[in-house]
Amino acid sequence: MATAETSRLESLRNRSAALGAGSTPIVMLLLVAVAVALLVGSLRSATFAQLTVQGLAVGSVYGSLALALVLVYRATHVVNFAQGELAMATTYIAYQLIQWGLSYWEAFFATLAIAFLLGTVLEVTLIRPVLHRSVIAAVIVTVGLFVLIDGVVDWIWGGDFKFMPSPFGTRIYHVGSVSIARLYIGMFVVVIISVLLVWALFRFTKLGLGMRAAALRPAEAAFVGVRVEWMLALGWGLAALLGAVAGLMAEPSQFTLEPTLMQPILVYAFAAAVLGGLDSPAGAVVGGLLIGVALNLMVQYVPAITSELQAPTAFAVILAVLLIKPSGLFGHREVRRV
Amino acid sequence: MRSRILVLFSLAVVAAVLCLLPFILSDYNVSLVAQVGIFFMAVLGLDILTGYSGQISIGHGAFMCIGGYTTAVLSRDHNTNLFVTMLIAFAICFVVGLLVGLPALRLSGAYLALVTFALAVSVPQLPLKWSSFLGGRDGVQTSEAAQQTATNLWVYGVAWAASAILFVLAWLILRGRVGRAFRAVRDSEIAAVASGVELPVYKTLAFGISAAFAGVAGSLFVLANNGFAAPDEFGIFLSLQILIGAAVAGLGSLWGVLVGAAFVGLLPSVSSSVPVIGSAHGQDVVFGAAVILVMLVLPEGFAGLVARLRKLAGA
Amino acid sequence: MTALLELEDVEARYGPVHALHGVSLAVEEGSVVAVLGPNGAGKTTTLRAVSGTVRRSGRIRFAGRPLDRLGAAAAARLGIAHVPEGRGTFSELTVWENLRLGAYTRRGSIQPELERVFAYFPWLAERKRQQAGTLSGGEQQMLALARAFVHRPRLLLLDEPSLGLAPVLVAELFRIVRELNEREGLTVLVVEQNAHLALQAAEAGYVLEAGRVVLSGTSAELTADDAVRRSYLGY
Repeated sequence: MATAETSRLESLRNRSAALGAGSTPIVMLLLVAVAVALLVGSLRSATFAQLTVQGLAVGSVYGSLALALVLVYRATHVVNFAQGELAMATTYIAYQLIQWGLSYWEAFFATLAIAFLLGTVLEVTLIRPVLHRSVIAAVIVTVGLFVLIDGVVDWIWGGDFKFMPSPFGTRIYHVGSVSIARLYIGMFVVVIISVLLVWALFRFTKLGLGMRAAALRPAEAAFVGVRVEWMLALGWGLAALLGAVAGLMAEPSQFTLEPTLMQPILVYAFAAAVLGGLDSPAGAVVGGLLIGVALNLMVQYVPAITSELQAPTAFAVILAVLLIKPSGLFGHREVRRV
Repeated sequence: MRSRILVLFSLAVVAAVLCLLPFILSDYNVSLVAQVGIFFMAVLGLDILTGYSGQISIGHGAFMCIGGYTTAVLSRDHNTNLFVTMLIAFAICFVVGLLVGLPALRLSGAYLALVTFALAVSVPQLPLKWSSFLGGRDGVQTSEAAQQTATNLWVYGVAWAASAILFVLAWLILRGRVGRAFRAVRDSEIAAVASGVELPVYKTLAFGISAAFAGVAGSLFVLANNGFAAPDEFGIFLSLQILIGAAVAGLGSLWGVLVGAAFVGLLPSVSSSVPVIGSAHGQDVVFGAAVILVMLVLPEGFAGLVARLRKLAGA
Repeated sequence: MTALLELEDVEARYGPVHALHGVSLAVEEGSVVAVLGPNGAGKTTTLRAVSGTVRRSGRIRFAGRPLDRLGAAAAARLGIAHVPEGRGTFSELTVWENLRLGAYTRRGSIQPELERVFAYFPWLAERKRQQAGTLSGGEQQMLALARAFVHRPRLLLLDEPSLGLAPVLVAELFRIVRELNEREGLTVLVVEQNAHLALQAAEAGYVLEAGRVVLSGTSAELTADDAVRRSYLGY
């Protein structure tokens, strides 16, 4: 038994994993190049600038949902197909709270709390019992949830359009010849703040550390007394919270609320998560922004890609990433089977 | 030998029942059972993929879409014989399935699910882009003659006849070398490779076959829908239905496929007659809840139930 | 005086495979006890039975309290620290984060605990922000030991600490373990393939074979025993 060799190998592997196998510098360079290109383009063309701003705004929404997907995947290795519908449902809850008299921001925060609870409860009741058997079974449960939530929302609120007040108003700022809707700035800021807060939770609190440990190495985490199962449930709760943010911020840009709100966004979010690396939270957000801007610009400047082709384009992105660099921009995990 | 006779006998019973039903049931109910037949083919296809070669797909609705549009366009432009269109749909989807199966080789589990999901959402969008050829939002309608031919009864007969043919085809494939290879792949890829099975060939083949089955299902799906093919008919929900049908069926049981197809084809309509939840939305609720329950209680689906019962019976 | 740790007829299994077939042992408080035996004897499983990370049955008492029904988190909170085989460091996290996790079950500030740990492992203080995976094997083992010690355990379970380490580092490691035992009263149950080392560091030992205790006694007795000498000490 070559135990000495294996542990040396293990430490070598750990070291290379820690260094990101050298790809991170290249990725950073690429991103800087993209940022510069966007800046230059925006300075030269007002349309470009507007599309970029809008792209960043919707991209942040994709990124938020993508981050939710990544959190769930990191914690439980499940791709939660119901993440988008869950986000949509929580947006409807916010709508209802507003109908019952709460102000927008009161409803906003209440919805986040409700979403957190909902996500946690779902994990405990529906996912955990099935996870013991197989991950695929859990994935099928999320598919069932997709359908169930869709039905429940349709049932309670009906499929017709609902009107939700936009918290940002319709004011448009003018920077030079570029018009930037306050809406887009608002969307972006709210999402980024939420993401930063979640990041801070993970980075600076003991609870966040416990959650990270549980996701990274559940067996070792158990040794130090982390209640691994609860950490996973909390992960789902946080994911649902981020999804709620995505849903609420997606809504103002659509102007009306309907059950299919999140369905295309789910595809973009998947693309963003895969692009960033399914196990990389930072990657999910960056991926979202990239996809948002890219889709916007492509629809405008690439004649072959019309707005109906956005979903297929996202699909092409997913496929391309998985074939070229399966771990995405920032991810570490292997995608292939043995 | 006894079990062989038993199997043949049960098959004969099923066949007899299916022949008799049109005489007993109303036209509407005939169309329902026809739907079951259509789903049977699609679920059978997915079952071959997942149950026998261990690959997941949440995108079989995309193959149904391709098959359906094939039939619709050919009928509209050339008034092609409907059976011929089904054969062509089979062939086209087989090839597309192979093409999808190639990149799928490098993906596993969650990632493959993701890709097929994106496929399911994307493919129905394509007709919107090439709207001149593929009808855009307004869809494609089969020829007048075709519409005349494809009555509910006709669809019923053809759907179940096709199901029977595909059932036999699947049985033949799965019995032989290919089937053994499939099972080997499912049980352990490492062992399969070690015993000489060429993984890429068989895994891609499984995708092709699976897609072809779904393609034929799609043809009939369109014909059952008054010959109308449109993007909205092939939304993501369709792929989810097929997946759920396969989940209920359980892996690796051809009989389970029948149960799974019946579940998917009938449950929504059955639940619509139930009072409170009887609305269209209520169907979704029942459907989603039922699937979750099945996963919680009976994760191996019908096949698992049969296996468990067999164990109890001491077989 | 009742022992700090008592195992009585403990059985454990991984799924259908039985690893322990009725292990009984006792560890006095403040002592260092070694567990020896060939591969697959169930040494690691014994430790896992104590820390609650494997399915087990039988009686386990820690400081008089039954551990039978308690899980890993509860065991950790009672003061049992387990350094698993392969160290169990979180390579992706920093040294500081690893240490912080060691005291996960503690509430509030752990500054005094950290100070004490840094007293034993001064070089760790400088490497607080370094990613644990970039440490050498020996350093990671030290980190694992430090992490286990952060939360002031009463019982330390050490699994194959010498694995993959150069002899110099191994000697250093055992020196620190002895120091922790003598100065802090830390009770240690150590699994070691290197019987020499183990018996030198320990006061008493148990020899496991095929999931059962076949021999036990003080280190002196075991070192003098013929069977042990032939099988494990090599002469």
